[in-house]
Amino acid sequence: MADLYEVENLHLSLPDMTRKPLFGAAPRIEILKGLSFNIPEGEILGIVGGSGSGKSTLGRALVRLLEPTSGAVRFDGDDVTHLSEQALRPMRRRFQMIFQDPMSSMNPRHRVGRIISAPLRLHGVENAREAAREALDHVGLPRSFETRYPHELSGGQRQRVGIARAIALRPDFILADEIVSGLDVSSQAQVLALLERLVRELGLTLAFISHDLSVIRRLCTRIVVLHHGEIVENEPTAELFDNPRAGYTRELLDAIPLPDPDEPWF
Amino acid sequence: MSFLSISNLSVRIAGTTTRLLRDVALSVSPGEVHGLVGESGAGKSMIGKAVLGILPRSVEIISGQIELDGTDLLTLPPAEHRRRIGQSCALIPQDPMTALNPSRRIGPQITDRLVDILGWNRAKARERAVELLHEVHIPDPDRILRSYPHELSGGMRQRILIASAFAAEPKLIIADEPTTALDVTVQKQILKLIKEMQERHNTALLFVTHDLGVVSKICQSLSVLYGGLVVEATDVHGFFRAPSHAYSRALLAATPKYTDPEASLTPVPDAVITEVNAQVDAVDREWRGG
Repeated sequence: MADLYEVENLHLSLPDMTRKPLFGAAPRIEILKGLSFNIPEGEILGIVGGSGSGKSTLGRALVRLLEPTSGAVRFDGDDVTHLSEQALRPMRRRFQMIFQDPMSSMNPRHRVGRIISAPLRLHGVENAREAAREALDHVGLPRSFETRYPHELSGGQRQRVGIARAIALRPDFILADEIVSGLDVSSQAQVLALLERLVRELGLTLAFISHDLSVIRRLCTRIVVLHHGEIVENEPTAELFDNPRAGYTRELLDAIPLPDPDEPWF
Repeated sequence: MSFLSISNLSVRIAGTTTRLLRDVALSVSPGEVHGLVGESGAGKSMIGKAVLGILPRSVEIISGQIELDGTDLLTLPPAEHRRRIGQSCALIPQDPMTALNPSRRIGPQITDRLVDILGWNRAKARERAVELLHEVHIPDPDRILRSYPHELSGGMRQRILIASAFAAEPKLIIADEPTTALDVTVQKQILKLIKEMQERHNTALLFVTHDLGVVSKICQSLSVLYGGLVVEATDVHGFFRAPSHAYSRALLAATPKYTDPEASLTPVPDAVITEVNAQVDAVDREWRGG
């Protein structure tokens, strides 16, 4: 299958504001140190790593919320590495993002209907209101939710609204950044099941960022493990779990508490 | 003999008949770790808050006993209640950033309670703080005591809160989702540390979490809550071998298990929710009738 994303020797550095002198530029700190991988169409890619591994930065570089320092990011054959915001605008509807904390990624003064239809209006979609309702159908929320405010919803419901907003534009690609880590187990299971279904129904390609390998096992077809801004492993899911090659992958797996009091863990 | 013993505890939204805790009973002995498990809104944090006497004003305790070392806290005058809690209980909170005062150095934030509650002098309290930071494996304690919270990582801040919780040698510690904000590798270190400290000090620990994986590793017993009702209370080995309540089984099936992906992350079935809701309603009917 064709590759939707091709990432080649991706470097990204950001200014380190904690070491900025009073005058002059802040020293730069290298977050991503030359990453290369592809995301084939229809794949669910897991991006895993601890805090500070660069997984969120990588995600943001993919959807071009950050501009890479060097290397190349190609989306569906087009080089988007250094495209200007203006040139990106028409492409943005094709790659959408779901954020970790739905409360801080939604305007608390707007109703759900407006939150979901905002990107539709921005892209000049006709009948944005109806499209927003369909998006609510897709994520299994009643249409009456369009008049609710984010604070009136539970964590799981809010995250569904975040998903609805992302799929409303019918994108080809969705980046989900730690979207279940703030939810309890039963909402977690529901949101993951929903995502699994949407990927199938809408023919999406998905990148799923998480620090927790156990959440990723069921959902993802392939997993990239990041450590200190480098890829330490890039394997099909089953292969990675059966035969983790990198020491760091092993460490991540060992850190997961399996629900079994007899398994020695500490 | 249990150190903490709660019986028949009901809490409601003030001025209504809506109960948030429904005749909760549980006990924790010295050296025991008891898990409080449930989804958000099940009332697990509320139990901890009721014990510590820090319930929000909008809710009120309508019945029950909270016995600490044989004395019912709810019959004590407020000042005596606070003094008892201060001397024998401590909290490890969920979010290490909001639990520390961002504008004060770490040192006084640990020593305050030793000075205020135990009446130690500053120098002795500071010595104890250094000792504690050693105990929670923080290198260079003197530097850390002079630092501000923002200069430290999340894992480091949580270590400090653990040190601070154990500082006054409490008999009971309530840990309210202490690792939810941390990533898995740091979570493991922190849990290991809590367990190590708890065993060394023979503390009774009430551990609030939604993660059954974590429960299986550090608790000896647990209570499963739904809608403020304890639907199952048992020992950890029995629970993970054969949970007896349908809701417990569903929670276990929803828990991620990378060794058995097909049998994990199953959403709680609607039928189970209906069943457990009916049970809650039945309990309420009986309560209103009685």
